[in-house]
Amino acid sequence: MPHTATVPEAITDHALRAYLHGLPGVDEVGARARAQDLATRSIKTTAKAAAIDLAISMVDLTTLEGADTPGKVRSLCVKAALPDPADRTVPKVGAVCVYPDMVAVAVEALRGTGIGVASVATAFPAGRAPMEVKLADTRRAVADGAAEIDMVIDRGAFLAGRYLKVYEEIAAVKEACGDAHLKVILETGELVTYDNVRRASHLAMRAGADFIKTSTGKVSPAATLPVTLIMLEAVRDHHAATGRRIGVKPAGGIRTTKDAIRNLVLVNETAGPEWLTPDLFRIGASSLLNDLLMQRTRLSTGTYPGPDHYTQD
Amino acid sequence: MAERRDGGKRKNEGAADGGATENRTTATKADVPARIAVRKTYKLYLGGAFPRSESGRSHPVTSADGAHLANASLASRKDARDAVVAARKAFGGWSGRTAYNRGQILYRIAEVLEGRHAQFADQLVAALGVSRAEADRYVSAAVDRWVHYAGWTDKFAQVIGGSNPVSGPYYNHSTPEPTGVVVVFAPQGAPLLGLTSVLAPVIATGNTAVVVSSESAPLASIDLAEVLATSDVPGGVVNVLTGKAGEIGPHLASHADVDALDLTGAGESAVDFERAAAATLTRVLRPGPEADGGEDAWLDTDPGTSRLTPFLETKTVWHPVGM
Amino acid sequence: MIFEYAPAPESRSVVHLRETYDLFIDGEFTPALSGEHLTSLNPADEETLARVSVAGEADVDRAVVAARRAQENVWGRMSGAERGKYLFRIARIIQERSRELAVLESMDNGKPIKETRDVDLPLVAAHFFYHAGWADKLAHAGFGPDPRPLGVAAQIIPWNFPLLMLAWKVAPALATGNTVVLKPAETTPLTALVFAEICQEADLPPGVVNILTGAGETGRALVDHPGTDKVAFTGSTEVGRGIARAVAGTDKRLTLELGGKGANIVYDDAALDQAVEGVVSGIFFNQGHVCCAGSRLLLQESIAEEFLPRLKERVAKLRLGDPLDKNTDIGAINSAAQLERIRELTDTADEEGVERWSPECALPESGYWFAPTVLTGVGQAHRVAREEIFGPVLSVLTFRTPEEAVTKANNTPYGLSAGVWTEKGSRMLWTAERLRAGVIWSNTFNKFDPTSPFGGYKESGYGREGGRHGLEAYLG
Repeated sequence: MPHTATVPEAITDHALRAYLHGLPGVDEVGARARAQDLATRSIKTTAKAAAIDLAISMVDLTTLEGADTPGKVRSLCVKAALPDPADRTVPKVGAVCVYPDMVAVAVEALRGTGIGVASVATAFPAGRAPMEVKLADTRRAVADGAAEIDMVIDRGAFLAGRYLKVYEEIAAVKEACGDAHLKVILETGELVTYDNVRRASHLAMRAGADFIKTSTGKVSPAATLPVTLIMLEAVRDHHAATGRRIGVKPAGGIRTTKDAIRNLVLVNETAGPEWLTPDLFRIGASSLLNDLLMQRTRLSTGTYPGPDHYTQD
Repeated sequence: MAERRDGGKRKNEGAADGGATENRTTATKADVPARIAVRKTYKLYLGGAFPRSESGRSHPVTSADGAHLANASLASRKDARDAVVAARKAFGGWSGRTAYNRGQILYRIAEVLEGRHAQFADQLVAALGVSRAEADRYVSAAVDRWVHYAGWTDKFAQVIGGSNPVSGPYYNHSTPEPTGVVVVFAPQGAPLLGLTSVLAPVIATGNTAVVVSSESAPLASIDLAEVLATSDVPGGVVNVLTGKAGEIGPHLASHADVDALDLTGAGESAVDFERAAAATLTRVLRPGPEADGGEDAWLDTDPGTSRLTPFLETKTVWHPVGM
Repeated sequence: MIFEYAPAPESRSVVHLRETYDLFIDGEFTPALSGEHLTSLNPADEETLARVSVAGEADVDRAVVAARRAQENVWGRMSGAERGKYLFRIARIIQERSRELAVLESMDNGKPIKETRDVDLPLVAAHFFYHAGWADKLAHAGFGPDPRPLGVAAQIIPWNFPLLMLAWKVAPALATGNTVVLKPAETTPLTALVFAEICQEADLPPGVVNILTGAGETGRALVDHPGTDKVAFTGSTEVGRGIARAVAGTDKRLTLELGGKGANIVYDDAALDQAVEGVVSGIFFNQGHVCCAGSRLLLQESIAEEFLPRLKERVAKLRLGDPLDKNTDIGAINSAAQLERIRELTDTADEEGVERWSPECALPESGYWFAPTVLTGVGQAHRVAREEIFGPVLSVLTFRTPEEAVTKANNTPYGLSAGVWTEKGSRMLWTAERLRAGVIWSNTFNKFDPTSPFGGYKESGYGREGGRHGLEAYLG
C-alpha cells in the first residue's frame, strides 16, 4: 500500500511532513457515518457475554487524580485482580494505570496477580515540561516496575507542524522505556481534525509506539467512536505496510457496557479479530468496570443488580 | 407542395450561383431593365454553413396570394441526421460558455436583426399577406424577444435552482442544466416571431437546436439563420431544416441522440412524434394554444419561464460538510 | 478471538397480518370485482405472508371515479392549510407506527431491518412532513401566483422501496390538491395497504387516496384509463417507454423515474476509507435494488491496486442473512424472477471473460439470495457495464485521466446518479459539472432527503421528485 509503506529515508521535518500529508485524507462526515453505522450492531446473549468478559480483560483500570493516595491505589489493585468478589469466573483486568509516584505502590499490590502496572509519564497530562524531565519521569516509572508507559505527545509541536520534535520525543521515550511497552497518547480532543488523528497515529507508530492511545481523559472530547475508528484504520494500514501490529487504546468517556461493546465491534470490523486481545486493544476507564460487572450479572441471572453490590473504589 | 430535384450531392459552394434567367433574347431595347435583381438562393443552415440539401431537392415557396417567392431546400432524412450531428458537436462548447457570454451573443442577434428590420418586414408581408404595420410589429417583437431571452441566460439558474436544506451535514444544491439537442418544430403560421419565441429559450439555456421551419413559410427561418451566422452564434448551435415536417420529423423524433422535442409546429404529426420519442425517453413539449395562432399568438411580451424549463434538467449535487 | 454476533432478530409481533387484503377504494377496503388474488411472499423464506386482491379494469374505474369525486368535491376545494394538516397527521401516525411498518417492509421486501428502520421509515415520515408544509404555500413555489392541481394522479411504484416510493408519489400529489390512485408493486403490496389503514386512521376524506393492488395488467389498466390527468411511474426503463407511448396523444402529464447505471468515480486523492464505504453502500445498499446504485466503479489506475484489496476486505465483512436480524447488512433478493435476472446477467460476465469475486458467504437454504459480487477487468463493452443488474453486483473499470473518467461515466443511455470521490474541491466541481446525471453524490453516496430533488437525465426518465422542484409535476 503505497500510502503507508513509504518510510521517510532520512527523518527530517520535511520528510515527515511529506509522508504524513501524503496519507489519504479522512472525510469527517463519512467517518462519523461509518462509526455510527457500526454502533447499531446489536450484540446479544452469548455474543454479549463473550464481549463483556473480553472487555473486562481489556480494561486499564485507572486512577489519575491529584487526590490519589496509596490506600486508594491498593484498593483499586484488589479490584483489578478480583473485579467481582462474588463471582470468581470474572476475568482480571488488563492493567492498572496510575501516576508515576504510585507505581511502586501498585506494583507491590499487584504482585503475583499477573496484572501489569501502567504509568502515565512525560509530564502527564499537558506534556509541557523540558525533555530531560519527561525522560526522567519515564525512567523512574520503569525503574519502579511499570510494565507500560502512557506518554503524551507535544500537541503544540504537532499542531505547529514540528513533526520531527514529536517524533524525536516519542523515540527518546521509547528508548527510556527499555522493555516496558510504550503507549503514545495523541490527545485527539486537542488535535481536533480526523486528518490530524490519522497523521499523529502514523507518526507515533513510525516513532516506535507499541500502542496508540486517544486521550488523557483530562480533555473533552476524549475517546469518540470515529476517533477510535480512524486509529484502528491506522494500525490496520501500518500492519499491511510493515507486518507489525500496533495496539489501540481508547481512553476517557467509555463508561457503559454499550460503549465498550461498540468499541469491540469497531475493532472486529475495522482492524479485524486479530486485535481482539488485551495485547492489542485496551480501554482506559475507571467507572466502566462496574457497569460491565452489572451487565454480566444481569445476563447470567436475568435480574438487574444494584450498584451497591459492586465495590466503589 | 411541388418538389424539384437537381440530382446532385450537396455542394458547399456558397451563395454565388444565381438562378437568373432574366435575359430574354426577344426583348426590345426599351424592355431592358436598368438592373437585374440578384435573387437569393435559400439553402439549409447546418453546422454554421449554408449547404443545399444533400438530396438536391428544393420546393417552391409562394406568397400568401400564391406568387412564387423563391425555392427553398427540401431537407432529407440525411440532412436531418447531419443536423443532429452538428447540434451534438456544438453542445459541449455552447453549454460550457458562461451564461454572460451566451447573453451577449443573444443580444447581438437582436442588434443584427434590428438592422435588417426592413428585410424581415418585407419577408413577412409577402409570406403572410399582412400589412406593413403588422409586419413591423412582428419584427420589433422578435427583436425584443431576443433581448428578453438574452437577459434570461444568467438568471434562470438562480430562479430555478437553489440550495436544499437537507437534514444532515451536507451541502446540497440543485442547478438547471440544458437537456442537450432539442428539435424545434417551428410554428407553421408564425415564421419569424413564432420561430424566435420557440428557438430563443432553447439556446438561451445552453441547448443546441435543430429547427424544422414552417413548411409553407420557411424563408424567414433562413434569413434568420443568416442573422445568427453573423452574430457570433457558434456553428451548429442552431441548425435550420426547411422542408416537410412529415418527412423528416419521424427520423428526428425517433433519433436516439435527440434529447427533446418541441412539437409546437408539428401539427397532426405531434402525437406520432411523441410516441416515437418514447422509445428513448426523449423529452416532449406538446403543442400549446399558441401553436396555430399565427404571429399574433406570440405577442405576449412576458412569456415567463414556461419555455425555458421544458428543456432543462435539474442536477442536484451533494457534498459533506466537515473539517 | 472470533467475535460471533449472536442472532438479534427484531420481533415480528408488532405486525398483524390479515390473511387477505382487499382493494382500498373510496375510503373503504372492498373486494376486487375481478375476484382474483395474488399472494405476497417473504423472499427470505418463501413463506406466504398474505393474499391480496388483483384489481381489474372495473376496479380501476371505480377507483378513478372515487378519486375524481373526492378531488372535485372535497380535496381540491379544501384550503391548503387544511390539506396540510391531514398530511402532518399522516406523518405523525407513520412515526408512531414506524417499527410495525419497518418490520412489515422487511418481511415483504427482504431488505434488512437496519435499513427499513433507519432509512426507509424516517424518510417516509419526513417526506409527508415536508410536503405537508407546502400545501398552503404553493403560490410561493415559483409556479405562478395561482398554481392549480392537475386532478387525479395515477401512480405506479416499484418493489425496491415500497413505502418510500409511495411517500414520494402520494405526499406531493396530495399537498398540491390532487387525489391519487396508486398501484404498489406486485411483490410488495403490504405496507401500502397498511398505509391505507393509516389514511383511515387520519380520517382522510374517502377517495383522496385509493390503493389498487395487482400486477402488470392492473398497472396497464390504470395508465390507460382516460379519467386521470397525470401518470407518475417509477420502475424499469422498458416499462417506462411503454407508458410514455401510451400517454402520447392524451392530455395527461407524465413523470418517469427509471433505471440507471451509475458511475462512482474514485480519484487517486480520495479519502480512501470513506471512498470504500461509499462504494460499498453505493452498490450493496438494499441488495443493489436501487435505480441510482453506483453499479460501475471507475477507479483511477494509480490507486486501483491499493483500492481493490481494501474494497474486497470490506465486502467480506458484509453480513448476509435474515432481514429481520438487526446485524444484517444484505438481505434477500426480492423475488425469484429478480434473482434469475441477476444470475443471468452476471453469468454473461463469466462468458465474456470478466473476473468474478465474492467473499465466502453462506447463503440460507430457502429464500432468494445472491452473494455480494465484485467484477474486475470490466470493459465498457461488457454487458455488465452497460445493463442495469439491479442486484448486489459491482462492475469495476479503471481510468487514467479526469476526462476519461467523465467520458466513461457518461457513456451510457442512463443518467440518474453518479459519484465523485476526491479531496480536491475544484476537481470535484469540474467533474460534477460534466456528469450527465440528475444526482451527483460527491464524497458520499445514496443519500436522500425530501427537500432534495431526485430524478434522471436521458433514459433514466424525466421530472423530479422531492423538493420545490418535485411540486411542478403535480401543478398545472
